Amino acid sequence: MRLGLVIDLDVCVGCHACAIACKEWNASGATAPLTDYQPYGAEPSGVWFNRIRSYEVGDYPNNKTINFPMSCMHCEDADCVTVCPTGASYKRAEDGIVLVDQTKCMGCNYCSWACPYGARELDRESGTMKKCTLCVDRIYDQKIPMEERQPACVLTCPAHARMFGDIDDPDSAVSRVVRERGGYQLMPELGYNPTNHYLPVRKATPISTENMGKAGFKDRLKNIANRIVKR
Amino acid sequence: MNAIVKIENHDKQEIKFTTCYMCACRCGIKVTLEEDKVRFIQGNRNHPTNQGVLCAKGSAGIMKQYSAAKLRKPLLRKPGSERGDGEFVEIEWDEALDMLTERLGNIRATDPSKLAFFTGRDQMQALTGLWAQQFGTPNWAAHGGFCSVNMAAAGLYSIGFSFWEFGAPDWDYAKYFIMWGVAEDHSSNPIKIGLEKLKRHGGKFVSVNPVRTGYSAIADEWIPIKPGMDGLLALSVVHVLLSRELFDWDFLIRYTNSAWLVVDTPGKPGNGLFLRDEAGNPLVWDIEKEAFVNGLGKDIAPALFGDFVAPDGRPVRTVMSLTAERYLDERYAPENVAEECGVPAETIERMALEMAHVAFKETVELDIEWTDSWGRKHDKVIGRPVAMYAMRGIAAHSNGFHACRAVHLIQMLLGALDGPGNFRARAPYPKPVPPHQLPENNQDVINAPNTPLSRTPLGFPMRPEDLVIDSDGNPLRIDKAYSWEIPIASHGLMHMVITNATNHDPYAIDTLMLFMANMAWNSTMNTKNVQAMLREKDPEEPGQHKIPFLVVVDAFHSEMVNFADLVLPDTTYLERYDTISLLDRPISEPDAAADAIRHPLVKLDRDVRPWQEVLVEMASRLKFPAFTQADGTRKFKGYQDFIVNYERSPGVGFLAGWRGKNGEKSLKGEPNPKQWEKYIENESFFAHHWPDNQKYNRYANKDYLDVAAEVGFVGKSEPIIMQIYSEPLQKFRLAGQGLYDGPQPNNPADRERLTTYFDPLPLWYKPLEQSRVDENEYPFFALTQRPMLMYHSWDSQNVWLRQILAQNYMYMNRAQAGRLGLADFDWIWVESHNGKIRCQLRTMEGTQENTIWTWNAIGKQGGAWGLKPEASEAKKGFLLNHLISELLPAKQGERRITNSDPVTGQAAWFDLRVKVYKAAPGETGSWPEFAAIKPLPGDTGERPDVLRYSARSDDKK
Repeated sequence: MRLGLVIDLDVCVGCHACAIACKEWNASGATAPLTDYQPYGAEPSGVWFNRIRSYEVGDYPNNKTINFPMSCMHCEDADCVTVCPTGASYKRAEDGIVLVDQTKCMGCNYCSWACPYGARELDRESGTMKKCTLCVDRIYDQKIPMEERQPACVLTCPAHARMFGDIDDPDSAVSRVVRERGGYQLMPELGYNPTNHYLPVRKATPISTENMGKAGFKDRLKNIANRIVKR
Repeated sequence: MNAIVKIENHDKQEIKFTTCYMCACRCGIKVTLEEDKVRFIQGNRNHPTNQGVLCAKGSAGIMKQYSAAKLRKPLLRKPGSERGDGEFVEIEWDEALDMLTERLGNIRATDPSKLAFFTGRDQMQALTGLWAQQFGTPNWAAHGGFCSVNMAAAGLYSIGFSFWEFGAPDWDYAKYFIMWGVAEDHSSNPIKIGLEKLKRHGGKFVSVNPVRTGYSAIADEWIPIKPGMDGLLALSVVHVLLSRELFDWDFLIRYTNSAWLVVDTPGKPGNGLFLRDEAGNPLVWDIEKEAFVNGLGKDIAPALFGDFVAPDGRPVRTVMSLTAERYLDERYAPENVAEECGVPAETIERMALEMAHVAFKETVELDIEWTDSWGRKHDKVIGRPVAMYAMRGIAAHSNGFHACRAVHLIQMLLGALDGPGNFRARAPYPKPVPPHQLPENNQDVINAPNTPLSRTPLGFPMRPEDLVIDSDGNPLRIDKAYSWEIPIASHGLMHMVITNATNHDPYAIDTLMLFMANMAWNSTMNTKNVQAMLREKDPEEPGQHKIPFLVVVDAFHSEMVNFADLVLPDTTYLERYDTISLLDRPISEPDAAADAIRHPLVKLDRDVRPWQEVLVEMASRLKFPAFTQADGTRKFKGYQDFIVNYERSPGVGFLAGWRGKNGEKSLKGEPNPKQWEKYIENESFFAHHWPDNQKYNRYANKDYLDVAAEVGFVGKSEPIIMQIYSEPLQKFRLAGQGLYDGPQPNNPADRERLTTYFDPLPLWYKPLEQSRVDENEYPFFALTQRPMLMYHSWDSQNVWLRQILAQNYMYMNRAQAGRLGLADFDWIWVESHNGKIRCQLRTMEGTQENTIWTWNAIGKQGGAWGLKPEASEAKKGFLLNHLISELLPAKQGERRITNSDPVTGQAAWFDLRVKVYKAAPGETGSWPEFAAIKPLPGDTGERPDVLRYSARSDDKK
């Protein structure tokens, strides 16, 4: 089993709901808290597991805005795990989730340098590396209603742009949608084989404008015969 | 080896349901509490509004609850200190309420109009409006006048429901969706849910907007229009549809006034009014009977087009003939509007034809039997699946009322309203066009001491007699709503209150009471000067301000609080009882009438009180009739008791669910003493799901209208005929032309405005400010948007949200910036006829070339909102508001006139024109600069540099 996320770039409006839901859940979650720096000051920042980048493609007026949420890709061949000198970073055999054991991490930053996706976040207060856990403390919790055993970001996404499931199972909803929509991995050439996939922007079907009405109504109006419409 | 994953302390947790208040969307939320700390806020899966999802603001509610800006205790301006210096002393509630009771009691016993009570983005206007009515002041409104009254009024004077909160797109069946001028809006989660659904079904999403952010990012087609030109674009679409006979004959004849006959006697009294029979019914020409017949009647065959001669000899024409003549004119041909709109002619034509294709060739038919208002049974519901939504991009212009009417005209021509795939009504709408509710305008009643108004201060004028003016034609309201200057100001003009009250124009007031409205900062035009007005002393009355007493009610330390004489601190939305009522701004969805409550989830840790509770207390102390027993004792113990037992009419109260003695009745029924408990048991909301036969075409759906009449949504079950041609507007125009048999204005400026802008058919004209400034000197349009993560959320203080956005920039089209020699992060000056600001530039592709824009309300005054004085919001953030005047540029020989839509009084925020130039070397930081606000009593002003919030009880140190 390889659990991960599929993110639909066609409908992501860049609203940051997922980022805040993630922050909210994990602030009191398995690696709580997620420290905030200068929360009231000049340059507020903090520990976030999920951040949304926005960029533009194409030149005006043919430009398009893409919102691109990024979090840990839970790579199959995760360098962040292999470089870890203490064994704090590990990938779970049973579901492929990449986690950091907070009791072993010494905050050396090696994993952060190894991750090409920028998914690792050093908590300067605890001195440990933190990252997306796929809400491992939600998805297996039997006391949470079945339909809510999903990562907080997936649960909250107003545009339903985020899906969660087993990418190893060809019949899972996430595998199917990746096949149907041409889902892709980010920077596969680096060879990390990320579990998370992105769905590309859809191409809209053109709407026919042929044979719509008959031009010249202004002239016809002079001698128009009213239609009988009863009411 | 796997580490042990720490899971939840479920034993220490409690789950409760309530309603979000992080914006106006009002989603259902499921809140997990751990030992009285907020652990998790998520969407309620069962709630009709958000169906389980929740936006960034909603989830960030935790940090709102723990905001450093929360007020703690009632505050009185420190004796001897100047207003606006922000020096306060804490006082007890008893003292605060005694002081207020005495002051308001005196006003009410002498001249009730001297109290102006204006509320901001509140969601309890049914209560605040009732309170003002009972007090007896006409000077009440909420923030609609500066937000979206153009949408509300245009819809209610055209189709009986409206963009804003009285309708929603039908995402299940829509195949073509056009969004006009919307960046982010309520209902924000439903729109996001809907856009995904539309795209998944293969529907097309078109966004008409000068800026491509927010929802527009995922549009299949982006139409970067020039600001203020939407009405012209819409009327050009109308031109294309008409020129190819692409309109729905049946819909127009059955459900609109398109066949009604208009008297065509230019220059004579009565011109432009409907031909009516003796009973007042509008007449149509029946082509079978070859006679004039009652246009509201049954079994008629009205002529859609034609010129006729009435029995009294007057020439008459159908509305549709007038409509066709007007918009078939070459003025509206795509090639003749392309330059002004900034949209290529072929794009306009294609838009129109695509809409027509979807409407007429991709029709949706549902096998649902329904009965129309004339008793005819139909075996199908037909949908023309074109849906639209429009908001502030259209509303915030001085031509926005007509622009929105133009959009509704497209919908009517396509027959695309309240059917499957259309923009559909949300209960209690649709209502008669316009709703049968007139503003109080009896001067004797308004002036009577200790007497309530006979009806609410706000309503929908039908004719000049309905204006709220005195016998000399002068405004009776402090904001001049419903005066000759602004006749159909159905949400009031909050943006004029401080200016008018300071100028004692039309009169002086005594007390201004503001609830949840930041009128000293981001919610006012002309911020810097408005702050000066709030400080202004009255030379006639030594020691007294022009606005003598200022009461501010808020939960947080806003810039407005800083100017208060008396501060009444409110609770947060997780700390109080509250209702989201069908008598107010509904949260209904097209398929269900709905309302909701809030109840306290978190224990109060400060000496603050819910404003709802304080209003009921004040109403009881002041002995308002609706709040007082015959023997003079108070009728309601408090807010909860009021909500349960107050009935607006028998059986109709604030909450529609679980009425009746045992909670067995919905929508209407006697009070249920256990109503709050029932709501809390049922996840804090109530939804009445419409059966299939009552879901569509509700303007003429007998079964629906029967229910609507029974429960008080409408007066009686009769068809609601949509008004392409608006006779109320024509009556005002006749008054302007001196042809009205009734009150007429004396002032030439008023006469000219009525004659020009009260066109009974949708009209486009150049936004008013733009017609008074030199467009060559001020070449750019300038406007603001709210970001999705802070839309309507008053939340720069939110320590999570501000990590995403703590500074705003001025955005400009990249190529345009290059031509001006400007680059990213340059400091620039932006100057309008009203002043200048310094801010920092960013470039982007997704901005129309003649437009610059920024995020609104990110800039803060230093020290406000619990932030440190050096916060980036204060040092680098900025407001565009300084550049926008609440008054139009002066014109010789004319009194100063509000910078608003001349029909509705909607604040014309987006009419602004500016010039842009690079700041000199060394000129950095935002300007104008403001002194930092002082900390309040009990607040050291110290803020931690590190925050480690966790609700885990096992993490307690």
